[in-house]
Amino acid sequence: MGKIVIKAENISKAYELGEFSTGTISRDLERWWAMMRGKEDPFLKIGEVNDRNKKADSKLVWSLKDINFEVEEGSALGIIGRNGAGKSTLLKLLSRITSPTTGTIKGRGRIASLLEVGTGFHPELTGRENIFINGAILGMRKAEIKKRFDEIVDFAGVERYIDTPVKRYSSGMYVRLAFAVAAHLEAEILIVDEVLAVGDAEFQRKCMGKMGQVTKDNGRTVLFVSHNVESVKSLCDTAILLHNGRMHENTNLADAIKIYLQQNPENDRGHFVNQNPPVHLEVYFRQAYIKQKGVVTNALFNDAPIDVHCQLQCNIPMKVSLEVIVRDHNGLPLLFGPIGLTQQREHELEAGVHQMVIRLNPPYLAKGSYFLDLIVAETGKRIIDIHESCLEFEIESSFIAASGWSFEHNRGAGAMLLNAFSYFEAELPAVH
Amino acid sequence: MMHESDKYWEIKPNTSLLDIKLKENYEYRDLLWLLVKRDFISFYKQTILGPIWFFIQPIFTVLIFSLIFGNVAGISTDGLPKPLFYLAGVVTWNYFSDCFIKTSSVFRDNAYIFGKVYFPRLIMPLSVVFSNLVKFGVQLLLLFAMMLFYGLKGGHFQITWYVLLFPVLVLLMACLGLGLGMVVSAMTTKYRDLAFLVTFGVPLLMYATTVVFPLSAAPERFHNLIKFNPMTPIIETFRMGFLGTGTFSWSMLGYTTFITVVILFLGVMTFNKVQKSFVDTV
Repeated sequence: MGKIVIKAENISKAYELGEFSTGTISRDLERWWAMMRGKEDPFLKIGEVNDRNKKADSKLVWSLKDINFEVEEGSALGIIGRNGAGKSTLLKLLSRITSPTTGTIKGRGRIASLLEVGTGFHPELTGRENIFINGAILGMRKAEIKKRFDEIVDFAGVERYIDTPVKRYSSGMYVRLAFAVAAHLEAEILIVDEVLAVGDAEFQRKCMGKMGQVTKDNGRTVLFVSHNVESVKSLCDTAILLHNGRMHENTNLADAIKIYLQQNPENDRGHFVNQNPPVHLEVYFRQAYIKQKGVVTNALFNDAPIDVHCQLQCNIPMKVSLEVIVRDHNGLPLLFGPIGLTQQREHELEAGVHQMVIRLNPPYLAKGSYFLDLIVAETGKRIIDIHESCLEFEIESSFIAASGWSFEHNRGAGAMLLNAFSYFEAELPAVH
Repeated sequence: MMHESDKYWEIKPNTSLLDIKLKENYEYRDLLWLLVKRDFISFYKQTILGPIWFFIQPIFTVLIFSLIFGNVAGISTDGLPKPLFYLAGVVTWNYFSDCFIKTSSVFRDNAYIFGKVYFPRLIMPLSVVFSNLVKFGVQLLLLFAMMLFYGLKGGHFQITWYVLLFPVLVLLMACLGLGLGMVVSAMTTKYRDLAFLVTFGVPLLMYATTVVFPLSAAPERFHNLIKFNPMTPIIETFRMGFLGTGTFSWSMLGYTTFITVVILFLGVMTFNKVQKSFVDTV
């Protein structure tokens, strides 16, 4: 049992919806009077759950409610949850950007958010000047920055341009420099939000590598926020699962991930709803979701076809073809399904709403998350409506029962199994 | 169980309004200086005239004032050379008004940074006050140069012992501007109208201060109104010290000090209250 570096007790955070402030000075005054007497805010309704699907009764919503956890020194805690579960709010509280409505967080050591890069960069100032400003904003003393200055410049690889205003930097140089400053911060606790990880795959890998390195080598504590189960599994020792602002009473990593995957994916990445329907188009997607073996889910297995159910709105009768693209978790396209182009198979749509099912028989996929693009096109001529990465699904398991082997993404061997694959011995070629 | 700690911290819903965490602010003193330096450098980056811009604004203001208030309107300058009289007023007033106006938009201007990183928020308004102090210092050089010029020409003015009050005056102006600015900045996060009020109100307030006229030349019935403005005693004392004319009284300066302390107190309180949750409201 290591030392505890962060201890959160009964953390809750309420946000006000709609028009900010109460709108009326009298209500503001009423609240103020209650606070002055040390009473609770009369406009906070206790016990309301943050559920985005329901319209709230009061204008206050609990983004986080009764969160309790402890983090040991040198460990990595994963914070997982669907979109809107309260992950980012928890991060904001931990990094002291905003304060909790109730509860306390106690901790020891300096906190730094690794991917908060480039905050406070001034375009007119040189790289050198910005390193100092940015470092100081992140909490470093001048002497500390000086000590690590060469290291930072070296890591960023911008030595030649160090006395050039950063507005003349390429965007790559800019991000590298900004990241270098954050990465060299001497902090005991690192907060990383994967959602914030901008930049290319190479850069993201660098960030992940840096994270793994700091926990293992330097014994620093890492809080990692993500909705990517794979990276949480590979980096973290424990995890907390948030759902509608509440915490599942389970800090076991495997259990938390299991519950997370079982959560109803509706209204999440597994269910696409076109929020701004392009009504001027002849035909467009209204919504889509994935079914496997007759069940709506986005936790999929390799042993059955994947059915993408989509609802199309057609405004004039026309011939269309539906296409899909499957991408890996980095957004790299893996599979393309253009039946209209390959088989000249088109579908005649009449005006009105249509429910279509696209059945996919993808090759054996590695465990991990994938994205799906939906396209409706006039075959060979033009794309009418396209939604990039609008659905996300997870290959839950890729366990091959016969051998007991599991095909996983992080083995660096790609995402699909090659089926038409065999080998045999042939005669040796004659030596010349 | 928390263990004995090197850097122990605690995040709580609402701390006392007056808990300004001086120690924490002190730990970020390097940031303060770097921000001041940044403001100074970025001010004249990519300009042809560079730091000379610090002089151009007061010079032209003084020219216009001399022309309009001095020559057209014929307002008395207490027997001082006109440019010298106006410059003393303009330079000091500018320091106060810059502190006030820039501080009052501190939450709006830094919303992005405040939403991303934590550091003691008080550093930002403090950096405004210090940045403007640099500008004030540079503009004072202009005043000294002009005093030298008129001194050699034999103009009517004299430096008095009241000049020793100068550091007190600067401190008062800084605190007054900072305090007012913090009150407004805290309120503007909720009620945006105040921002508009400040941008046109502060320049107008100048005319209720003895910048373009001496207190002695103001009509008797307005005296109390003008004296009610806490900036009036500061500018009057400043002129008394450096140029030897003006209306000085300890009670007036005492009144200003009292008002300044009250406003600074209010400012710190409201600022401290708002900084804890303002990210949620912007």
